[in-house]
Amino acid sequence: MTPSVRLQEMIRVIRSARTQGEERGIIQRECADIRSQFRQGDNGERSHSLAKLLYVHMLGYPAHFGQMECVRLIASPRYSEKRIGYLGAMMLLDENQDASLLITNSIKNDLSHSSQYVQSLALCTLACMGSAEMCRDLAPEIERLLRASHSYIKKKATLCAVHIIRKVPELAELFTPSARTLLSEKNHGVLHGAVVLITELCERNPDTLVQFRKAVPELVQIMKGLVTSSYSPEHNVAGISDPFLQVRILRLLRILGHNNDTASDAMNDLLAQVATNTDSSKTAGSAVLYETVLTIMDINSESGLRVLAVNILGRFLLNNDRNIRYISMTSLQKIVQTDHNAVQRHRGTIVDCLKDQDTSVKRRALELSLALVSAVNIRSMMKELLIFLSVCPPELRSQTASGIFNAAERYSPSKRWHIDTILHVLTTAGGDVRDETVPNLIQLITTASELHCYTVHKLYRALIKDIAQQSLVQVACWCIGEYGDLLLKGECEEIEPVQVTEDDILDALETVLQSHMSSPATRGFALTATMKLSTRITDNVDRIRSIVSIYGSCIDLELQQRAVEYNALFKKYDHMRAAVLERMPVMDKNSPGHTNGDTSGEIKEPDTSKPKPVEAGLLSEPASQVCDLLDLLGGTDTPLQLSPAPTSTPTTTSSADLLDLLGGLEITPVPTVSVYEKNGLSLKIQCDKQTETEVTVTLIASNSTQNDITNFTLQAAVPKSVQLQMKAPSGNVIPAHGLGQVTQTVLLNNPNKVSLKMRIRVAYSNQGAMHQDTVQIDSFPSAACQPSFSPL
Amino acid sequence: MMHFLLLFSRQGKLRLQKWFLPLPERERKKIVKDMTTMVLARKPRTCNFLHWKDLKIVYKRYASLYFCCALENQDNELLALEILHRYVELLDKYFGNVCELDIIFNFEKAYFILDELLMGGEIQETSKLSIVKSIEASDMLQETMEEYISKPAF
Repeated sequence: MTPSVRLQEMIRVIRSARTQGEERGIIQRECADIRSQFRQGDNGERSHSLAKLLYVHMLGYPAHFGQMECVRLIASPRYSEKRIGYLGAMMLLDENQDASLLITNSIKNDLSHSSQYVQSLALCTLACMGSAEMCRDLAPEIERLLRASHSYIKKKATLCAVHIIRKVPELAELFTPSARTLLSEKNHGVLHGAVVLITELCERNPDTLVQFRKAVPELVQIMKGLVTSSYSPEHNVAGISDPFLQVRILRLLRILGHNNDTASDAMNDLLAQVATNTDSSKTAGSAVLYETVLTIMDINSESGLRVLAVNILGRFLLNNDRNIRYISMTSLQKIVQTDHNAVQRHRGTIVDCLKDQDTSVKRRALELSLALVSAVNIRSMMKELLIFLSVCPPELRSQTASGIFNAAERYSPSKRWHIDTILHVLTTAGGDVRDETVPNLIQLITTASELHCYTVHKLYRALIKDIAQQSLVQVACWCIGEYGDLLLKGECEEIEPVQVTEDDILDALETVLQSHMSSPATRGFALTATMKLSTRITDNVDRIRSIVSIYGSCIDLELQQRAVEYNALFKKYDHMRAAVLERMPVMDKNSPGHTNGDTSGEIKEPDTSKPKPVEAGLLSEPASQVCDLLDLLGGTDTPLQLSPAPTSTPTTTSSADLLDLLGGLEITPVPTVSVYEKNGLSLKIQCDKQTETEVTVTLIASNSTQNDITNFTLQAAVPKSVQLQMKAPSGNVIPAHGLGQVTQTVLLNNPNKVSLKMRIRVAYSNQGAMHQDTVQIDSFPSAACQPSFSPL
Repeated sequence: MMHFLLLFSRQGKLRLQKWFLPLPERERKKIVKDMTTMVLARKPRTCNFLHWKDLKIVYKRYASLYFCCALENQDNELLALEILHRYVELLDKYFGNVCELDIIFNFEKAYFILDELLMGGEIQETSKLSIVKSIEASDMLQETMEEYISKPAF
């Protein structure tokens, strides 16, 4: 064809350019040529120039100067020019360009053109780039074409209507009546378009959906015709008669049958028939089966049918074709929650897919495997998952690690297994775990008190093998610091005994401290652990002293501060050292400050960055008290903070003062007001405003009964934005006959200046009987502090 | 609904792009770059489906060309493979043993064929025969009209 030669000549020249610069030069020349062609007006050459411009555009060069030319060519009477003009419009104009509106009139005229191919150009362009404006203008035309013309135009008009509805949903009503009649067409193209149109209408409007439910029998009929029809060469694809149409009908049936029993019943037989008769050796058949399975699972189908569907998916899992395996796993993922047992049957195959070469398949298999973990299969699944973790691609590692942790937390058969699993993950993929893993693991270890010996031995061995995995090293240091004495004992029933000397331990910790692989947070852990060992070992305390003093001049601010404070513990506060470094009690998992503490190695300002274990270790009080302290630095999200009164330990009050961030808290004598009196127990409060937002409340309890009140505890709760810190009570026994009192101080910080309320719960034993009661104090009005209260 | 259809060579050069959604030019260029990078990075015996943003990407390699399309969540990926295959068959029928050069030098015809197969991101005709007939008729119309215009009526 002669006309195209010039276009092909240009393409050849451009392709022969050897460098990018040369190509740019050629393009510039050609574009100049094209521009002058456009300016010349009608000379029979315009379509070739535009074609050349479109090629240049595809290479990535700017072509906006061709937009007006597209408009002109579309208006031309010549078919060849219209054809290229419309193509140009689809490529260069979209609804965001102003020029697109100019072609509306041409489209309108062409929609009524005598030649169906011209009509088709207009329809195609409208469906491709028609803006909402254009759609509104031309919708009546399209609707007319839906009804009047023959199938070539009808099918295109139908899809054009779909586009219009997507752009201007209000016009849906215009097309609804015609859509219904189109279902009786014989032509597959029109039928397909009709199904797409009805799907679109039903998805957008629930009322239309109800209306089209009546069409279910008709659709079932059409489907049956397709499935059982004899060979039709025109529509056959690998033995399936028109798979495109079948899939669309199944999809529409899915929407119509969803949550509706009548409709679902009407299609049950058909779905069973399609599911059993479709040959899935080629992709076309598998596509139809896949859509059938999705439909069965999404409507109210009977259980036999559902089982059939899951079995099809199971069969897909064993298929050689990787695509089909992937599809099957995606579908199983959708139904694993609802049909868990059915999917469990295929667990073996799914786990095998973890070993597939393809990353997409691996990812799907991982998600499914994690969803299938249950209490019954936890041990075997975990074995597989851990193997997978060691060989899996890096992008899947953190997902695998968190999945393993979640599964272990929910279903672990024993504490030791749980700890072993976490340790295994940390050794294999320590760099990919979440930040909370370290405190979570530490908390878990403290709760498993019978396993302390075993754990510390295991961690010690892991530590001397490799100190690159920061999370593992942090946990190991913490444990060695806490349970170093158990490590020295040497024997432990669950693990081979190995003699560990004090020097060995200190060597290990020093290696961590000095290694350039250790992050600053890790070094902090190591230093604290070294310090804690000073009370747990006997011979090498001097070595510890020297390590600590060396780090007193460390460049790292955090380490320096710690070392200086530990030094102070050695020198001035040596008498407190034993108590301060005492073994930590079991931590409560849900305490708010539990996940505080940065373990990812960033350095923050010293007063907010001390990780919780260190803080708690030095205070040597139950963790909840520490959480209160940290809560002053950051809020929690429980509506009322309940802080149980800490059990009193004789040596703690002085160390609490050591780190008291609030400064002096003397209680000035103010009038006491009685808030509670019942059964001989009376509770008075005194409150004193320290600053604009801080209030100190002292609770005084006395006992006027014949017998001592024992196990006396107070708990207090305050509104959300108020911060509460309870100090240790003076005791928990209130002598009888008013001979003594128990006092407890509560510090309140009210930064938002909300109205202060406090609810206090008292619990005590008297004469062997347990009592519990609550009183609410509603306001603390002024500095003179005359509270109003309501006993509950 | 299909969001876009791209054809590109093994070196990442774009041979055809069809967009069914209005996107600014810059966005389109970025998507093309992302697609070519992602698809060309895939190893030989992996599955033909990818996840990108919230779309499913289906791609298939035919000789030196990659055919790549983007689907929404409810669309059937296996069917999309069939659609791509149908397009290749049509090109093959039209050009006779189609190769990449045919598509490079006759890109406008590749677009015309595509416009007979897909419209608004959906299939418009399921019969191969029907599409082939329409293309032939349109080409005929183009030629006869050309002749008609260049020859004077009297």
